[in-house]
Amino acid sequence: MGYSGFRVIKEALTGHKGWERAWRDPDPQPAYDIVIVGGGGHGLATAYYLARIFGKSRVAVLEKGWIGGGNVGRNTTIIRSNYLLPGNEPFYEFSLKLWENLEQDFNFNAMVSQRSILNLAHTDAQRDAYRRRGNAMRLHGADSVLLDKEGVRRVAPFLNFDSARFPIKGGLMQPRGGTVRHDAVAWGYARGADRRGVDIIQNCEVTGFRIEGGKCLGVETSRGFIGAGKVGVAVAGSTGRVMAQAGMHRLPIESHVLQAFVSEGLKPLLPGVITYGAGHFYVSQSDKGGLVFGGDIDGYNSYAQRGNLPVVEDVCEGGMSLMPMIGRARLLRMWGGIMDMSMDGSPIIDRTPTEGLYLNAGWCYGGFKATPASGWAFAHLLATDTPHETATAYRLDRFARGYMIDEKGVGAQPNLH
Amino acid sequence: MLIPHPLLGPRDAQEFTYLGDASLIDRPDWQGEDAAAAFHDYLYQRDNPAGLHRELWFHEQGDRSWLVVTRNTLTHEIMGAELARDVARARGRGK
Repeated sequence: MGYSGFRVIKEALTGHKGWERAWRDPDPQPAYDIVIVGGGGHGLATAYYLARIFGKSRVAVLEKGWIGGGNVGRNTTIIRSNYLLPGNEPFYEFSLKLWENLEQDFNFNAMVSQRSILNLAHTDAQRDAYRRRGNAMRLHGADSVLLDKEGVRRVAPFLNFDSARFPIKGGLMQPRGGTVRHDAVAWGYARGADRRGVDIIQNCEVTGFRIEGGKCLGVETSRGFIGAGKVGVAVAGSTGRVMAQAGMHRLPIESHVLQAFVSEGLKPLLPGVITYGAGHFYVSQSDKGGLVFGGDIDGYNSYAQRGNLPVVEDVCEGGMSLMPMIGRARLLRMWGGIMDMSMDGSPIIDRTPTEGLYLNAGWCYGGFKATPASGWAFAHLLATDTPHETATAYRLDRFARGYMIDEKGVGAQPNLH
Repeated sequence: MLIPHPLLGPRDAQEFTYLGDASLIDRPDWQGEDAAAAFHDYLYQRDNPAGLHRELWFHEQGDRSWLVVTRNTLTHEIMGAELARDVARARGRGK
């Protein structure tokens, strides 16, 4: 059943009796061509593109809990492609182009809103760095606008321009950046994949991998053994735990907790996404009016899905420093998600040493914006055994070979990215 | 989180900075045959356990000692802390 404006009107006139459930709830079959472990944004997108682009329908997505219950429902919903390095920017620009056509593609309203993202500069050096970044973006076909102080003032007059310590000198804007309704991304991909024959199996925890002679034959789950020609793992913060079951106990990844926050609903205030260049604080306003914001990871290994108060204080101080007017807004909710922090801050989409076992991980706290391209590239890898042209740098062995993609230039220290 | 400092008693974790897995104490031999592979493993690879984790914390805003803290990554409960110096010596490090 397709969704459309016509459909909404028809159902409104007939008592909303014609709506069907958006995806099935199948029991697992004994075997599939491809099994995806992890029913989050990346796993569901992978299944969707496997079916839609690569014509694979004997595909299952296994999810321990319910789909969209992990990081795809816990992020700050920002999309952008303002990266610097050649290994990254084409991939994220590919992702942004997929976002732009996503709702038509999977026939689901994901509320993709290209309301722009603005990175503020507070020093001359930072402005120079943004000019370089903006040029790098344009070289890869993305859009970028370098704003001076008055340009920023026209967009966001409420900012603390004349702060003695961190005056705002300008900013780098990407007008095509913005926000997306994150839950709808999971639902849209799930529905799109299901309609093309993919089995989405919830409440099905992977408890082990059956590996014989260096080849992965399938997965042991809480609902029995499921055979698979290929297994793709896309479990974000649980990567260490899941891959340990496949014998890969050491990976270039640490799991950390990142907190996010929503204020009470306010009248329309922020034109787009704004990031603070002197502290770590990024904020947008949801369509319901709440300010959605976040900052740094807590900084210590964690699987707890909740953080500690000092980081709450630090993030809110960043917000107060940038826009003192929000000081009287009350915090409505806060939560934590587990990030798979890689050693160079860039992701991994690659084969593993075990034949038939593939890994999609290391997204740090930037996985949401990458969802469509990550799914497409992982599907490409699973279907063709070759990396997608925008994801050739995301190799698992790049640390051993000396090909880190160190976007931030801070080296092998996962709790800094 | 409160870290039970072996010399100073319970201290707020905010006084510390975090480095990571305590295996970073065991720096490989740079003259060894397998130095390149050993340093790759040392620098980039992590066990990343869900559960008990021994990790290095630096008392930057305190007595500037390095501690090995045992903490549960699933609950953030801290089981204990030792001076990293003592841990390193127990593992045979001379200085």
